[in-house]
Amino acid sequence: MTHTGAEIVWECLLREGVDVVWGYPGGAALPLFDAWAKYPRIHHVLVRHEQAAAHAADGYARATGKVGVCVATSGPGATNLVTGIATAMLDSVPMVALTAQVASSVVGTDAFQEVNITGITLTITKHNYLVRRVEDLARTMREAFFLASTGRPGPVLVDLPKDVLFAPCEFEYPERSTRPGYRPVIHGHPHQIGRAAQVIQQAKRPVIIAGHGINSSQAWQELRQFAEKLDAPVVPTLLGLSCLPAEHPLHLGMAGMHGVAWANLAVQNADLLIVLGMRMDDRFTGSLQHFAPLAKVVQIDIDPAEIGKRVPVLVPIVGDVRLCLQSLTEKLPEQKHQEWLAQIAAWRQKHPLVVGSGKLPPQEVIRTLYRATGGQAPVVSDVGQHQMWVAQHYEFQKLNRFFTSGGLGTMGYSLPAALGVQAAFPDDPVWVVVGDGSVQMNLQELATIAQERLPIKTVIMNNGYLGMVRQWQELFHGARYIGTPILGPDFVPLAATFGIPGRRVDSAGDLEAAFKEAQQTEGPFLLDCRVDGDENVYPMVAPGEGNANFVEDPRGYAGK
Amino acid sequence: MVRTQTELEAARHTLVALLEDHPGVLNRVVSLLRRRGYNIESLTVGHSEMKGISRLTMVVAGDDSIIEQVVKQLYKLVEVVKVSDLSDDRVVVRELALLKVNATASTRAELMQIADIYRGKIVDLATDSVMIEITGHEEKIDSLIELVRRFGIKEIVRTGRVAMLRGTAGVTKAEE
Repeated sequence: MTHTGAEIVWECLLREGVDVVWGYPGGAALPLFDAWAKYPRIHHVLVRHEQAAAHAADGYARATGKVGVCVATSGPGATNLVTGIATAMLDSVPMVALTAQVASSVVGTDAFQEVNITGITLTITKHNYLVRRVEDLARTMREAFFLASTGRPGPVLVDLPKDVLFAPCEFEYPERSTRPGYRPVIHGHPHQIGRAAQVIQQAKRPVIIAGHGINSSQAWQELRQFAEKLDAPVVPTLLGLSCLPAEHPLHLGMAGMHGVAWANLAVQNADLLIVLGMRMDDRFTGSLQHFAPLAKVVQIDIDPAEIGKRVPVLVPIVGDVRLCLQSLTEKLPEQKHQEWLAQIAAWRQKHPLVVGSGKLPPQEVIRTLYRATGGQAPVVSDVGQHQMWVAQHYEFQKLNRFFTSGGLGTMGYSLPAALGVQAAFPDDPVWVVVGDGSVQMNLQELATIAQERLPIKTVIMNNGYLGMVRQWQELFHGARYIGTPILGPDFVPLAATFGIPGRRVDSAGDLEAAFKEAQQTEGPFLLDCRVDGDENVYPMVAPGEGNANFVEDPRGYAGK
Repeated sequence: MVRTQTELEAARHTLVALLEDHPGVLNRVVSLLRRRGYNIESLTVGHSEMKGISRLTMVVAGDDSIIEQVVKQLYKLVEVVKVSDLSDDRVVVRELALLKVNATASTRAELMQIADIYRGKIVDLATDSVMIEITGHEEKIDSLIELVRRFGIKEIVRTGRVAMLRGTAGVTKAEE
């Protein structure tokens, strides 16, 4: 059947099972939006800035495992997507970004609203396309979804010149997509899995490091069975959080720069690290020279380039972590590591997390959120001190419920990403935890939340500072607070102008009632928590230090 | 640190990549190499014997772990079909250069003799210069350049290294 290019785009999205797209129209995108009317099954969410469209698609993809889709017009529409695309790239999130482009005849002439978006996104996409002929469109769309969702997932951008969107063409959706140079390895090599099983059986102090790969390949069952059979502790990375219920006795919590002390001590004293779907990021390892000096490393990753990139690996296994874990668990007899686990429990006793003692300690806000939701809620966190407090103090009991920008550390991520996460969990209110700095970076999305009537509950950790930067200034730059004090609007009346009710919280005593009100109010709600401004995130490993050299909250020392 | 010629050669790898012949594919390769800071000494690209597949040869300096990363990172590009490290002995390595050298009636004969010894060819003559075409290993070309420098070199162009495995094995055959 003959369709226009624009219709072909929507036909392809239908066949890929897409039911929601975040976007923003514009001149070059007009044909695309015009044709959208014929496809009411695909819900359009009008964001207030294209960056939000990319983050929303990203949040949706993380929460569902499906490909998230966003659309923008040419020029500034396309460049506004860039931060969102880079965020998805660094965290390996499957996304298809559609950008309209000026007509082919004027591409390359600096036409109105023309940018070379395929050039701009060259190194922040898994792959990208400029579709030059409508005949290539269906195949390109098929390929874009295939590439985004297979192997190591990532964002793919498809640039669509306006004339291609208007052009008529016979539509046929290719059955499958193949590229001669694209053959991701899915099944781990049996020989390597056998070697890994041997090494694992010799270990006395094994630690399982669970990265984002566990969540993105949905390997939760496999991880749990593996850990239980091996009787080994599980240390999630930031993006690995919620890969195993926090109440599970083998769950330790996050390691790394702001990891909990006992998790860092476990990693540093391990004789074997079993590294699953994570890339040994510098925030996780600390100084490489001092990283886990006694440990052999078994690493499973779908991307061969991540294996041994920063830390030498004894047994590399390339493959999907879910399938590899299945095979590996089968090969292992039951193990017991009582002594090792007892040692870690002792560290846990000795180095507990500390909650501030001021009027409204930020850690207490997160703990109240945890108690109010029973650790069951989807939580989207922004980037900064509050992000680390969520990672430390919110104990995720449900799988894949934590969403944040890890690799790129994108401030302004949380509010727009929550649009996508809420679409994935329509019945569970999504909680956004955000600083007063980061909330002002995509504040306009309160309007989208209101227009879409989403039950997103926003918790602003308002301390009047860009807190994480302030902390570094305090500790490493002589407490000279340059550019970090930040004046915000009065958020509760501001939210009210968007039609979103809210409540200001000034003291710890008011927290419980405030969270109750947020929960009992239908639809969106905003809590402006005026937390103590001088709180730092502890423990902390200073840059350049090994992870055993964490600095604990000075008040924690005083208590002992 | 001063390195001997042999050490340099050991740290130097000849990588051959087969690429889908699409617009922008070279841009992807070069941008990857630049972004990750790899040290590329030469890079050359042209058609292969297969339709739609180009063959890229590059010389990269680095130890084994760096070369391993270069290969793995290249493989991550969707349009890169195959990457081979042709750094062992069973490889024919060539470069082509054109040299335009000052030549007067009295020096022309000597230049022609030098070119002849290096199995080079005079491919153009002008009243005040000759153009020499030479192929061979880079060192041979370096040596010729040194030798004719005293005549005055007007212009040099070099293609960069191309390489092929000896015998029946080949980087493209291995694909099947």
